[in-house]
Amino acid sequence: MSIDYNQTIPNNVDLATDRSLQRALEQWQPGFIDWWRELGPVGSQGHEVYLRTAVSVDPGGWAHFDYVKMPEYRWGIFLNPPAADPKIHFGEHKGQPVWNEVPGEHRANLRRIIVAQGDTEPASVEQQRHLGLTAPSQYDLRNLYQVNVEEGRHLWAMVYLLHRHFGRDGREEADAMLHRHAGDPNNPRILGAFNEKTPDWLSLYMFTYFTDRDGKFQLSALAESGFDPLARTTKFMLTEEAHHMFVGESGVSRTIQRTCEVMKASGVDAADKLRALGVIDLETIQRYLNFHYSVTIDLFGADQSSNAATFYSAGLKGRYGETKLDDDHVLKDATYPILEVANGRIAEKQVSALSSINERLRDDYIRDSVAGVERWNRVIEKSGIPFRLQVPHKAFNRKIGSFAAARVSPDGRIVSEAEWNAGVGNWLPSDEDRAFVASLMGRVVEPGKFANWIAPPAVGINRQPASFEYVRFG
Amino acid sequence: MDPAAAAAPDATTSSRVDFETHPDRYRHLKLGFEGPVATIALDIDEDAGIRPGYKLKLNSYDLGVDIELHDALQRIRFEHPQVRAVVLTSAKDRIFCSGANIFMLGRSTHAWKVNFCKFTNETRNGIEDSSRHSGLKFIAACNGTTAGGGYELALACDEIVLVDDRSSAVSLPEVPLLGVLPGTGGLTRLTDKRRVRHDLADLFCTTTEGVRGTRARDWRLVDEVVKPAQFRDYVSRRARSLAAGSDRPEDATGVTLTPLARTVDASGYRYAFVDVRIDGSSRQATITVKAPDKAPPQDEAGIVAAGASWWPLQMARELDDAILDLRTNHLDIGTWLLRTEGDIDSVLAADASLARHRDHWFVRETLGMLRRTLARLDVSSRTLFALVEPGSCFAGTLLELALAADRCYMLALPEGHVEAPALALSALNFGACPRVDGLSRIDARFYRERDAIARLEGAQGRRIHAAEASDLGLVTATPDELDWRDEIRIALEERAAMSPDALTGMEANLRFGVAETMQTRVFGRLSAWQNWIFIRPNAVGEHGALKCFGTGNKAQFDWERV
Repeated sequence: MSIDYNQTIPNNVDLATDRSLQRALEQWQPGFIDWWRELGPVGSQGHEVYLRTAVSVDPGGWAHFDYVKMPEYRWGIFLNPPAADPKIHFGEHKGQPVWNEVPGEHRANLRRIIVAQGDTEPASVEQQRHLGLTAPSQYDLRNLYQVNVEEGRHLWAMVYLLHRHFGRDGREEADAMLHRHAGDPNNPRILGAFNEKTPDWLSLYMFTYFTDRDGKFQLSALAESGFDPLARTTKFMLTEEAHHMFVGESGVSRTIQRTCEVMKASGVDAADKLRALGVIDLETIQRYLNFHYSVTIDLFGADQSSNAATFYSAGLKGRYGETKLDDDHVLKDATYPILEVANGRIAEKQVSALSSINERLRDDYIRDSVAGVERWNRVIEKSGIPFRLQVPHKAFNRKIGSFAAARVSPDGRIVSEAEWNAGVGNWLPSDEDRAFVASLMGRVVEPGKFANWIAPPAVGINRQPASFEYVRFG
Repeated sequence: MDPAAAAAPDATTSSRVDFETHPDRYRHLKLGFEGPVATIALDIDEDAGIRPGYKLKLNSYDLGVDIELHDALQRIRFEHPQVRAVVLTSAKDRIFCSGANIFMLGRSTHAWKVNFCKFTNETRNGIEDSSRHSGLKFIAACNGTTAGGGYELALACDEIVLVDDRSSAVSLPEVPLLGVLPGTGGLTRLTDKRRVRHDLADLFCTTTEGVRGTRARDWRLVDEVVKPAQFRDYVSRRARSLAAGSDRPEDATGVTLTPLARTVDASGYRYAFVDVRIDGSSRQATITVKAPDKAPPQDEAGIVAAGASWWPLQMARELDDAILDLRTNHLDIGTWLLRTEGDIDSVLAADASLARHRDHWFVRETLGMLRRTLARLDVSSRTLFALVEPGSCFAGTLLELALAADRCYMLALPEGHVEAPALALSALNFGACPRVDGLSRIDARFYRERDAIARLEGAQGRRIHAAEASDLGLVTATPDELDWRDEIRIALEERAAMSPDALTGMEANLRFGVAETMQTRVFGRLSAWQNWIFIRPNAVGEHGALKCFGTGNKAQFDWERV
């Protein structure tokens, strides 16, 4: 059977003439479609969704909008165009030409990096698959589906690298990504956070704001890679990641806005009374924030990591904005401050910059996250409500790294087990909080209608109005 | 401070390594019992390394962890006779064990690394020894990543079960990652025990990420791969099935291994039946083992009632502790003089009771303890000279000390002299305590030549004085009263002047002739290669792989093949 690859799989990797890649994808693609039908968004297969499809890497090509049934979505393979005379710009190979093929010496580490990144992409689709049943609007439903298909495309991007560059082993790893499933005790996803449930839309927004932002930073670090195909593919993925974070930031923002509107209109500010009015109190939003923030910063790994040091020195994974940093980009003698628990207090200590690459990326992430939280606060301020959201201390609720064994309050104090137990209900979402949020989740599907707990967006997608028919149910 | 100095043992300070511990003090293991199945779960406390300067992340181990593992095995052998199968697993999520801690290895002295590896090798051999001789079966329940020394630990078990969660793999990444060998039996057990085809083994040992799922089974790296949901059940079923084939007793009461009573000071260690005197200036230790101080019990009830104070067991535990202590804490004490003291008949009486009741679980375990302790002596990198003097009791089990020695000097006194020292053979000299090459010390000494051994069999039970001992080939030399002092002095001084490295190599080669087993290949071939690699700049030089690991610096190799 002859397939027009350029039609079904938009690409700029010369797929039409690459027989070994065709062979690999011919076997993998049916598996991917099966996976999508089985574990993609529930009940969505027949819907026609107003989606953006990337058809080329030109400025106009990455955002082609049209109605499409998701199983027929054209998951493309795109690499940013190569730079002229590209050089590795950090680590021990600094100044040497980038690699266009996998150096045997770094095969295992590159494979590990790509598999770990790739495994997260389909994981979030699986985590979010039931949310379509409780969407607060067509607009939000469409955004969810857009995020889902793009996570699918990101999986393709990683699978392309495995198929193109890692031989039989790469094909097996690509298959394994379809066989591990989020939350499946027999075949769990690699990272713990990607086996958790995304049970409600507030969780989805928090996830896309915080956890997809982790994706942004991981991809940014990989976009510096000396392995050029990885750098170029992750650069292109970053354009899509920005949309996911937009879904998160605007979703939380609209939730806050709606709560503030109700608070102002009703003059009520007690949480239980607000809940009775069908909106999510700001304290609950803060607890969701605390949870997603702390779980996400764990994803950056241990604060001192030999793997991260190796990846950096080998030129495989750089720092955020590597080229803009003003240092030698080798870091042999450089130090970096990390936090640790010493004598019952949190103290700073200088350690090898190489071994604290993870911590540095986490700190960059934190700075970036805080900015969006400030934008949420401006929504609250505008309503004149004396409440501020804030991110908890870096050491709060950590399961990985030097704070894993410590109990730390959101304001960064080491607390006793008793104090933790007394405070945790105010710091992290309780079962009751989650049950309440779940109780608000009803399905709103009429164009232009929005659930009571969330405000409509100021503008729609692709300059369409909020009342546009984003999903034609089939 | 020189980082290597941090891990260098120093016997004069509190950093002395103590091989005694108790489950109440474990930092790294969880011990559980359910009917005939015991579970040892690795739950390694990353902040509780035996030396400062590294964290035991990802269930990686150091000597302190292995001391607990050794203790746990001993407790199961003696205190829990109803246990027939042992499950070795991890209490941590998705990680079984990632092997010896690399940062510990990177900062350790050569001697520390070698000593550490020897002890871990002995503990793993001990697992196989108990499976072979004592009906205690082991199953490695690899519930997550099983890397390096973690996989080597699993290899020592009778069965390996790997969780099939599409992520967890078994691996031996030492060569590609660290520039050293899987030196705790890994390479040898792959071929000799698991019979993994050598080309597949080559792929396996050079693939950092290892092998998982059905391929791991197909390559014989594991016995079965099982889905997480069925894993516990499967392991429990297999453990019970292994237990069913065991002949350990169902209703026996265990024997508590009470703490060893010992005094330790700069001049040596004193136990009830073992005395160690250390002479730093001549770099010698004199190890004196004493005979039972009273008539040993001859019936099972008496033996069990004596428990940990039963002479064969107490003596073996004390000797074992002394050997470990000397090996770890006194590196420069290059010569061990082996002496005995007491009544030959008491030793022969103890031997007789061991032989008569050898099928009783407790006697069998005690014989195992003796066997492993003597085997530890055989592979110790020290010159061993036995001195047979008046008042000595190199009889039966204690004669094994003399047979293990590189040389044995026996004082010749005129026939009929009341103080003339004598040797004696018992049934236990003919196969009860084989060395790691599977041979009794007599078989090894005489290269299994029937005539020489038949003469010894005929000499069992009676006193053998110097002339006859020499004639039978049991001793090296028999100086008389006038020569003794100087001859021994000169032999020791001459020996002490030679290169310790050359002596270690020579002694190991001469002690183990002819017969090879998997264990001798671990101690000989694998360890020798490993110890060579351990001193090569490619591993431990400033830019060596072991030094660079985890720093982000790339190892720089001298590419010349040697």
